[in-house]
Amino acid sequence: MAEVLVLVDHADGEVKKVTLELLTMARQFGDPAAVWIGAGSDAGAEKLAAYGATKIYVADAAELSEYVVAPKAEVFAKLVGDASPAAVLIPSTAEGKEIAGRLAVKTDSGVVTDAVGLADGLVAEQSIFGGAIIVHSKVAKGTPIITVRPNSAPAEEASAEGTVVPVAVELSEQAKGAKITERVAQAKSERPELTEAAIVVSGGRGVGGAEKFDVIEGLADALGAAVGASRAATDAGWYPHQFQVGQTGKTVSPQLYIANGISGAIQHRAGMQTSKTIIAINKDPEAPIFELVDFGVVGDLHEVVPALTEEIKKRK
Amino acid sequence: MNIVVLMKQVPDTYAERKLKSDSTLDRGSVDGIINELDEYAIEEALQIKEAHEGEVTILTMGPEKATESIRKALSMGADKAVHVIDDALVGSDAIQTSYAIAQVLAKTGFDLVILGAESTDARTGMLAAALSERLGVPQLSLANKVEIDGQTVRIQRQTDEGFDRVEASAPAVISVVEKINEPRYPSFKGIMAAKKKPVETLSVADADIDAGKVGVANAASQVVDFADAPPREKGTIVKDDGDGAVKIADFLSSKKFV
Ligand SMILES: Cc1cc2nc3c(=O)[nH]c(=O)nc-3n(C[C@H](O)[C@H](O)[C@H](O)COP(=O)(O)OP(=O)(O)OC[C@H]3O[C@@H](n4cnc5c(N)ncnc54)[C@H](O)[C@@H]3O)c2cc1C
Ligand SMILES: Nc1ncnc2c1ncn2[C@@H]1O[C@H](COP(=O)(O)O)[C@@H](O)[C@H]1O
Repeated sequence: MAEVLVLVDHADGEVKKVTLELLTMARQFGDPAAVWIGAGSDAGAEKLAAYGATKIYVADAAELSEYVVAPKAEVFAKLVGDASPAAVLIPSTAEGKEIAGRLAVKTDSGVVTDAVGLADGLVAEQSIFGGAIIVHSKVAKGTPIITVRPNSAPAEEASAEGTVVPVAVELSEQAKGAKITERVAQAKSERPELTEAAIVVSGGRGVGGAEKFDVIEGLADALGAAVGASRAATDAGWYPHQFQVGQTGKTVSPQLYIANGISGAIQHRAGMQTSKTIIAINKDPEAPIFELVDFGVVGDLHEVVPALTEEIKKRK
Repeated sequence: MNIVVLMKQVPDTYAERKLKSDSTLDRGSVDGIINELDEYAIEEALQIKEAHEGEVTILTMGPEKATESIRKALSMGADKAVHVIDDALVGSDAIQTSYAIAQVLAKTGFDLVILGAESTDARTGMLAAALSERLGVPQLSLANKVEIDGQTVRIQRQTDEGFDRVEASAPAVISVVEKINEPRYPSFKGIMAAKKKPVETLSVADADIDAGKVGVANAASQVVDFADAPPREKGTIVKDDGDGAVKIADFLSSKKFV
């Protein structure tokens, strides 16, 4: 069977959940082969094998991480040339989509971005215009390159050999154009990553201030959730921009999304409408967010949220 | 510096957006506005010009209607515009768009190409990378800060953890994210001046774009079908009478979240 290449999303040797979801999806279309670019593969290899990676391509030359994106696309271009895979699956992150874009140009292939599901014949499901329309698309040329959103499929174990295959690439001069001179890590939190989390607790203008986001974080921690924010909250500087959910922020698709003091503007919905279960707390019964909810409470979040946090702690 | 800003006209996100039966976006039926992140791109270009001299050209590929958005960009302070209009381009996907735009850029020349990191309609977020690949120039993407020092360009590239500092030499492609700056509003003077600024229109043939490589019929990614998303089932909404928290907790328990 042909291979299906899966880009491993990893940080500090830790394999991110989306990778395991992609390996699970890949089995339907061929032999899943993980592609690890960067250091730390020793720590992650076992996990990849447990989730069905028949091979693990490892490209760990330091050089590959010293420049923006282009080296990663060159690794993939080499693998596509050598292995003629049935498809390339890449996590739909900002950088993942950039790798896909370069690879498509290099291999004269088509790309489908932001898939939320994959069916027979590599037909991808996409949810567009803020979740209003469901589109099915496929790649009609070259090697199908598909970027897939986190939480689009369950991650299921299925152990495979996980044979490590080192990959060496001679970087072109062109790939060395944009040099990374420093990496600056800000606010590292213990919470799950926003786009990957099973539960997201978000706060909007109704929260009323930076210090009051404690209330939102408290509920998130009681549920083991990630924290999100509306643009009104990030614009006001109450919460960092990388936590913004919506059209110009992150797209999330968790099992549970709890919107607190968020009106539910179309641009916010664009980032959360595909959540499986939605709860909202808002003092305005007319707030559009209530059109989306499975369960809603009309009330003051400053009363309801802390009480809910206590109630959840009690029940656990 | 010769700065080219890529600007796309998109349907206003406050309006209802539809696909036509041929699965291309119905651009005629709704108000078109400048893609929000492209306003940040224009602003960044104007600030670079003001600090270092140069010329700012707006490059748009899109229907006749996009002229309104081009005028707005010119009234913000851009010097001139190039508008590629051709029926052959309708329904091009992001990779085809990168080809067409690369062809035009080969003609106009550039020191910097600045664009939005993502459009609100297609949302592919691939164009900066695909263009950098085609043009063979550095990819300075997802910038939330740009600094020009002679031929050296430094950016802060937004990451999930924080940011990377990145350095390259012009010519280069820069994509910008939200909050890099505060786009200006056109002044009355700017609006008047924009009326006299040159807008060059190009057909596919004028720009040396191979019509066999663009448009919906030649797209490398194709829509199989589409439909309205099924409406969500109406949920339960209760008023908080001091018991709102317990009711949510009960709901969460029933769904096995706690
Ligand atoms: C091009 C474009 C892109 C955008 N991108 C995004 C994006 O990515 N993400 C995003 O979120 N927005 C985005 N927006 C902005 C969007 O239109 C809304 O302005 C924004 O989502 C509003 O945030 P909010 O719901 O927190 O604030 P508001 O709309 O002001 O709503 C606040 C809500 O809180 C409720 N409330 C107030 N106090 C309390 C209380 N004590 N208890 C309970 N409820 C309370 C109010 O009833 C109200 O419903 C974008 C806009 C544009 C034009
Ligand atoms: N037809 C177009 N004309 C000009 N610029 C475009 C066009 N399509 C996309 N762009 C630019 O590419 C960016 C990313 O778009 P997208 O790949 O659609 O997410 C936009 O913010 C624009 O700056």
